[in-house]
Amino acid sequence: MDLDALAGCLSSSACLVTQTTSGLIIGMLLFLVAVGLTLIFGVLKIVNFSHGAFYMFGAYFAMAAYQFTGSFALAMLAGAAGTAILGLIFERIFMSRVYGADVLMQLLVCYAFVLIFDDVVRLIWGPEFRSMGMPAAFQVMPLFIAGGVVPPYYLLLIGVALIAAIVLGIGLSRSRIGKVIRAAAHNPGMVSALGINTGLIYGGVFALGGMLAGLAGALAAPVRSLTPGMGFSVLIESFIVTVIGGMGSIVGALVGALLIGLIRSFGSLGFPLFTEGLMYLFMVIVLVSKPTGLFGKEAA
Amino acid sequence: MTELEAGRADRLAPVRSVAALQRYRDVLIALIAFAVLASLPLFTDSKALLDFVIRCSAYGLFATSLNLLVGYTGLTSFGHGMFFGLGAYSFGLIMQKLGLPIPVAFVATLAITAVVATVIGAICVRLKEIYFAFVTLAFQMLIHSTILSWASFTGGDQGLRGGIPRPAFLGINLADHVHLYVASCALLILGLLAMRQIAQSPFGYTLRMIRDNAARASFLGIDVWRAKLTVFVLAALFASMGGMVMALFVSGAYPEFAYWTISGEGIFINMLGGVSTFLGPMVGTVLLLLLNDTVTRFTEYHGIVLGVVILFFALGLRKGLLDFVAEWFSQRRGAGEGR
Repeated sequence: MDLDALAGCLSSSACLVTQTTSGLIIGMLLFLVAVGLTLIFGVLKIVNFSHGAFYMFGAYFAMAAYQFTGSFALAMLAGAAGTAILGLIFERIFMSRVYGADVLMQLLVCYAFVLIFDDVVRLIWGPEFRSMGMPAAFQVMPLFIAGGVVPPYYLLLIGVALIAAIVLGIGLSRSRIGKVIRAAAHNPGMVSALGINTGLIYGGVFALGGMLAGLAGALAAPVRSLTPGMGFSVLIESFIVTVIGGMGSIVGALVGALLIGLIRSFGSLGFPLFTEGLMYLFMVIVLVSKPTGLFGKEAA
Repeated sequence: MTELEAGRADRLAPVRSVAALQRYRDVLIALIAFAVLASLPLFTDSKALLDFVIRCSAYGLFATSLNLLVGYTGLTSFGHGMFFGLGAYSFGLIMQKLGLPIPVAFVATLAITAVVATVIGAICVRLKEIYFAFVTLAFQMLIHSTILSWASFTGGDQGLRGGIPRPAFLGINLADHVHLYVASCALLILGLLAMRQIAQSPFGYTLRMIRDNAARASFLGIDVWRAKLTVFVLAALFASMGGMVMALFVSGAYPEFAYWTISGEGIFINMLGGVSTFLGPMVGTVLLLLLNDTVTRFTEYHGIVLGVVILFFALGLRKGLLDFVAEWFSQRRGAGEGR
């Protein structure tokens, strides 16, 4: 425990800015993964245990595309589009078979794919740590805000994640497709009776969730090292986020992700070894005081 | 005695004798199983085979205790592995730091587990389904983080090293491989027998009722919270026993024992073997360990093979192996009687 370091940081604006931005990017990446998770849970009523694999694939797809084309934009596109297609195929062929089955059965199918996907990545890209490298466009002087160091890439990352959050939020609440999705979450039988193909909606939502996780992976690829199994810690953390925020709530996912991001970045100063423990402690406290999460709806 | 009471006694009597008969049968099966397992070293001196059975004992105790929660009570715990890790660490630490005799350390570890499980269980069991799963997972990771960060006491990510002393007691020397083997088998059989008694007792049937309809159970005057807490603590004790066997076997304790993957494997074992039969988890344990051992020998990509096997069970059979076999048999019998 190192509370002096934490107090010292809180009283210095430079350290405060640096830690807050690093907390924000952790939080934003987590948000992108967690919002997909929460969306899939909200509509399909399944807990996608293999969601971390989509994050991993997004990162690897981006790296492969970047090495092949040299374009950062194409790399992001490859990460997002590749995982969207993967999500659609995965949902239509495998997950759609276990709807309504035992929760354990759904988890088992996902668990199987976690194992398979990790090994597929190992087969294609090898077991060692890989790195995509920072694109040339962002290899510029970091910005100094109130004495704190902020790499420009972090701003892009936060911006993209924010845009995704806003588009998603408005799209779900305002657009026709969004309304259909929310209706399908509420009463799929009635929606399909109205002549809407719910199978397509389920597939689409899963693809969207996969795409968001893939986008997070692609965005993280330049700043994190890539390894098979990298999706796992992200998966566990985004579970914590969705549980804290409330399963099925997008606002909850955003708030939860930012809280966890900040706990991680400031906790690593005060409790270097117990940072993870802090997150779990926080989760326990939230769940015990409000089992449905901060923004979750009470079950009827 | 009124007519009504007399009628009831008549109906109850055969049920009771059937239960007693079943208990004798269970004890008999346990004795035979123990005799077979314990005599194994007389026929083979393959260390690998004995090691395999010891590992099966550790995981089997753990997985079967998880089935008390998952299969019998409908409590899907994702953090049951914390008691496996807790057992291994408590036992290892007591032996290393205090140097007590093994039976004393064994009982002390069970006592510690009971206290911890009561505290955690009291918080967890009032939550429902998926939330119960998540909170238990969170507690598991909390214990794991504590083990990692309290390095001066637990050895941090290196685990408890330097070996666990295994002084002989009552003529049993657990440092000897065959002695350790027989002791593990004995613990496994005793543990299974005890869990079987719990599952077949009136309390066990109360648990089944809670699983099927908790509201109805509470209308009938059952304190659902207390019953769930009781089975949570009982299951934790057996998981802790499994952890102790593991700690004795590897002569140490590692943070992986408390990591959530242990819980994941436990759930997986249960699904593989089947949750609707008592011995399902045991079958699952043997299957998973066999699968792990053989597949890792042939290919380094064992995740793909294991994944495909799981998919076969989840999408093909749609139930555990023993569940599948039991259902097949009852269907055949049903068809035979129909004719």
